[in-house]
Parts: sequence; C-alpha cells; structure tokens
Amino acid sequence: MERTTNIVIAGLGGQGIITASDVLSDAAFLDGNDVKKAEVHGMSQRGGFVTSDVRYGRLVLSPMVPVGEADFLVVFDASQIESARHMLGKGGRFLQASAIDTASLPAAKALNVALMGMLSVFLDISESAWQEAIRRNLPEKLHDINFRTFEIGRQAGEKEKNHA
Amino acid sequence: MRIRIAPAIIDCDQPIFYKTQKRSRLRSMEAYTVDKVDRALLTGNEAIARACLDAGVELGAGYPGTPSTEILESFSAMGGRAQWAPNEKVATEVGLGVAFGNGAAVVTMKHVGLNVAADTLYTATHTGVTGALVLVVADDPGMHSSQNEQDTRRHAIASGTPVLEPADSQEAYDYMFEALEMSHKWGTPVILRTTTRVNHSRSIVTLNPRRLSMGEPFFKHDRRSRVMVPGNARPAHKRMRQRLSDIGAWSEQCSLNRVLEGGSDLGIIASGVAAMHAREAAPGARLLKLGASYPPPIEKIREFAAGVKRCLVVEEGDPVMFELCRVAGVMVEGKPEMYRFGELDVNRVRRIVAGDTSPESSAPGGKPPQLCQGCPHRATFDILHRNDMIVSGDIGCYTLGVMPPYEALDSCVCMGAAIGVGLGLRHVLPEAQARRVVSVIGDSTFVHSGITGLAEMVYNPPSTGHVVVILDNGITAMTGMQEHPGTGRRLDHSPTGRVVYEDLARAMGVPNVVVIDPQKDPAGLERAILNAVAKNELWVIIARSPCILVVKSIRQYEKEALEKKNTGGKQE
Repeated sequence: MERTTNIVIAGLGGQGIITASDVLSDAAFLDGNDVKKAEVHGMSQRGGFVTSDVRYGRLVLSPMVPVGEADFLVVFDASQIESARHMLGKGGRFLQASAIDTASLPAAKALNVALMGMLSVFLDISESAWQEAIRRNLPEKLHDINFRTFEIGRQAGEKEKNHA
Repeated sequence: MRIRIAPAIIDCDQPIFYKTQKRSRLRSMEAYTVDKVDRALLTGNEAIARACLDAGVELGAGYPGTPSTEILESFSAMGGRAQWAPNEKVATEVGLGVAFGNGAAVVTMKHVGLNVAADTLYTATHTGVTGALVLVVADDPGMHSSQNEQDTRRHAIASGTPVLEPADSQEAYDYMFEALEMSHKWGTPVILRTTTRVNHSRSIVTLNPRRLSMGEPFFKHDRRSRVMVPGNARPAHKRMRQRLSDIGAWSEQCSLNRVLEGGSDLGIIASGVAAMHAREAAPGARLLKLGASYPPPIEKIREFAAGVKRCLVVEEGDPVMFELCRVAGVMVEGKPEMYRFGELDVNRVRRIVAGDTSPESSAPGGKPPQLCQGCPHRATFDILHRNDMIVSGDIGCYTLGVMPPYEALDSCVCMGAAIGVGLGLRHVLPEAQARRVVSVIGDSTFVHSGITGLAEMVYNPPSTGHVVVILDNGITAMTGMQEHPGTGRRLDHSPTGRVVYEDLARAMGVPNVVVIDPQKDPAGLERAILNAVAKNELWVIIARSPCILVVKSIRQYEKEALEKKNTGGKQE
C-alpha cells in the first residue's frame, strides 16, 4: 500500500470514540501497517466535541489528518456533523450513525464497534486483525457482544457500499 | 515472516522485517508484564512509562496535568513505583532527593507545572545530581486543556537545563533512556519536552530495553555541591555553564540531531512533532531534525544552513530555536508571527513554507464541554449564580462553572489563585461588592497551591472577612480521576495518610469551618454561604460530595482496603 489512509472519527465525549479508534488503529497495526493515531483528551471528557485521527499505510509521518484530507469521516452524533465536515477530503466517504439501526444492536453502547464494522467494509484490513483488535481492546465478557455488533455494522456497511 | 514497516525512522525507505509470533497485548495490564514484547502501539505517555520501567527508574513523581497525566499511571500499572505529589515543586524535590542518593527519578508535569517547580529546577542545575533526574514536561500548544501556551524551552534556557524533544512514541521511548543516561553522565537534571501530540498520539514502538548502569543508591557528603550558600553557589554557577558548553559540544556529534536527505533549495530545521509535519509538508526539503535541541548544536546548524539556499526554522510555540540561531549569527528564516499561536499541523507547515500569511479559515467549533449531569459542583454554582456572587475561581472541572447556565466564575488564572485573587478583590472593592466576593477552589487544587492562600487569609484578613468554598469532590477529576493527599489513597488507590481539610483550616486559625453536602443539602449550603458573606469573618465552607464519575470506584477501593485490612488482621 503506497498511500496513507486517513480516517477521522468524530462525536461527543462518552460515545466510545477513543475505544473505536483504539480498535481501528490496533487492527491496522496487527495487519502490518505503520499506524499513527491522534486525539485530544482533557476538556473533551466532559461531554464535548471529540475527534480522533487514525492514519495507516507504509509510512506515516504526522499523527494528525490534515484538514480536508480525510478519506473517511465517521460521525457518531448527528449534532456534530457540521463541526467535523471540513475534515473530509474530496471524494472522501462520509459514514454516520444513522446508517445503523441501533435497535438491532445487542447493546446501545456498542454503537462505536458497529461503526467500525461499517467502516471495515471500505478498508483493506483483514477480518482476523479486526477480531484480534476487538479482543485486545475490550473486556473479555464483552467480546461476543462486540463480535456480533461488528458484524451488524459490516452488513450496514455493505448496504452503504452498494448504494454508492 | 511477513513484512512489517519501520515506524518512527522518518527517512527510512527500507522496510524492516519483524517476527509476527510475538505480539504485545495492548491495553490490559498483562501487556506490560508479559515479557519479550517486540513491538507495541503505544501513546507517547505509555512509551515514556515503558522506558522508565525498562531502564529501572526507582521513583516516578508528579502532579496530574493534561497531557502528561498517564505517564505515572502507566508506570505504576506496569509495576513501577509512582506517586502523586501535592504539586510539581514537591515532586521535583522528591526526585532531586532520589538523584542525590544516586537513584534514578522521573518527574512528570504539564508546562505550567514547571512554573511551580521552577524554584527547585533553577538551583538543581547548580547542585547537579549524582543519580539521574529527568523532568518530563508536556507543553500544550493550542491549549487543548490549559490556561496558557507557554514554551518549556524558555524555562530550560533560563535554568540551564538540557532538553530532548521526541517526535513520536518511538522517540519518546528512546529519548527517555537517553535523557536518563545524559542526566547521570553529566550530573544534571534533563528535560524531556513533549507536546500534546506526542503524549497522546499512538504510534508503533519497537522495544529495546537497556538498564541504567548507575550502581546502588548511596549517600556521600558533598556539601560544596549541594549546599547552595553564596560561597558554594558561585562556583556552582560556573560549573553549570561549563557543563552546558560541554553538552553543546557533545550535541554537535549526537545521533539525535541528524540530517534527513533532501534537495538544497530548502532546508528545514525542526524538532518534536513539528519535524513530522515538516517532512510530510515538504518531502523534498532537506531536514535537520533536532532531538537534542538545547544546548543547540550550533556548528551543525551553521553548516546545514550554509548548504541550502533557504533555511527555515519550523517550530511549535515560541521562536526559541530561531532566536538561538540568530544570536549565533546563523541567518535562518523564522515562521511568520501568526504561526506562534496554536498547534502546527501539515497544512500550517505548508503555509509556512509557502510564506502564506493570509488569514486561516477557522474550524467550526463543536459542542463545548460542560459540568456533567449530576455533578455536585452544579448545586454550588447554581447558588453562586442566583445570588450574583463575584467568584474568584481556579483550575479544574469546576472552571466549567463559567459556562451557561451558571456563568458563575469571574476569574481563573493558575493553580491556587482563587484565594489570593479573592482576597485582593476584597481588599480593594467598595464594601457592598467586596462582600459578594467568594473564592472557589477544588480539593486537589487546594492541596496543590491553596494552603498558602489560606495562611494569607488568616494573616491579612480583609475588613469584610472572606469566604473560601472548597469544592471537594474527592478526586482530581479534570485530569481523569487521580488521587491526591486529601483522598487518603495513593496513586494506585491503596490507602494511605489523609490531609483533612476541616482540621487543617481550623489548625491554621480559620475561625469558621463548616462541611456541607451540596447534593443532599443545597438549601443548607446556600444558607451557609449567605450567612458567611453577611459577616466580617473568615470562613472555609467545604462543599463535599464525590464526583459522580468516581463514586463507584471509590466504594470499590474502600471495600478492597477493608478486605485487606481484615485479612491482615486475621493473619496476625
């Protein structure tokens, strides 16, 4: 892979954005990529706007996705779309939570993993790497729920892909 | 065998082969104790902690501060000895003591913490150290979670402390070893300067542990070096300057300062994460990446600048390297003033390279943070707001009391300022206004820098008296739930001695001290505050109710402590 893949995940503090980007960056890492991930903690913990940048590829330099160069923008909360939209690059893909039927999820809190499942359809990261990343980054008792959730997200992603 | 790519080596075009069999488990505690880990995807903070563990650092001390907080927490979780101090000054003094005793100490803080620790540092560079003392100081350009944008390199230069600046997690890991070894070799405190994007970014680290070879801790009398009376301090100052000059000469050959190939039209001098942005923004430029940035390798810089048509310094924060170069007569170009503000990123470095000073488009703001639903501070700010108090505030979650709907904070300057600033306002304002002045300060902030403010209040009371409200939610909440001397639990949440605020305030001579739960008895708290401001007396009102994010954990810690105590009792 020559090019760096740039992903920005955005939403509100408490929505599991950091965990989602941990899973994503770890999956890319396990698949043999160079990976960098940047986010800002601190004030964002109090329910404010949070973004996390994940970049992977052959060689990643800056940890931050340059404004307007995200290949994928994943927004967890509809209210934050306008705050994040400028990150998306020309021809980049915008994924949002509304594409997932939250009622179908085993747990509402697992929306973050569902969105990673949706994103996974568009990325060249192996399924085994995703599974291992979920295993490594989430508590054991939640593994089954999250594997199922990830799969639901994948199906939603396939639908998105076919729409486009 | 499959291909893995070398991280961190930013001029590396050759893939490096790694074994895939050994993988670190990333986030769980076992990740750090399972040995023979090849590579891990670590934050800069975790990488620093891991280096401390691998090097055999005896003690980590510090005070929580974004973005530095997780270093000591990770070090402790990995099995290292780490402890929170009341503030950065005390932490640095404890570290200095360790280093006087030939131990290796790491002290962590955010940039503003170094202001508090500066008194210790400025003379510690005179006494020098026997073991090793490294201050990890995390700058926050762009102020993601800080009250100012100060540049630690200014303190380093003023105090005569050498600086290393890692650019990512791999370098954070490698430079931590280097800093410890430098400190021991040259007998000086060393600053590892990081920035938010180094501390909190995750990137790949290839672990390469090496133990410090310093021998066991011991004490040797060395009063000439360590007792800084003028007769000893005069030669000590000269020794410090000589040492800096020697380190500067070493820095000329140091592998941490290296040239990454590129054309001769443009040469960029950069350090820290700015070097990563620069390499990406101007891939064709020659890059002098300074890992050991102070004292600077001036001859190396001079030679580099002479070899390119245009030589540009790209640095985050103040134009420190630019000034050092210019003072030495190297006619480098600096960044336009507008890039002194905020973080750098790839786009901004592209603009700097292009000399673009047109206005930058500002990113749309997302939802701002606010006090959590159910936060005990809400009740207190509701009272202060409804009664139109003049509120001298402080640093912590409760600074968010400035946000709507309360807008009940009128100043926030630095740790502990609530009390002093409140007293000053009381001294000078007309009586009707002076009476409405209330100082609010959090429990951790109070231990950090509020106790001396209380002494001032007792010693120089305003004629209208004064009211200090300690917002005691039982934790250092803003930085992510750290313990402090007022919680009675150590960094790892095990029980220890506790500073009891009401006892302390009474012992210091405050005549009126009350403790009220703002959640359970908001009416009582309101009565107490209104009663206190009506009188010409000194009051400390402790609004005590645990942070809702930590109630469950505290119950768990207490249960564990009790169980331990009980089983301990049986064994005896």
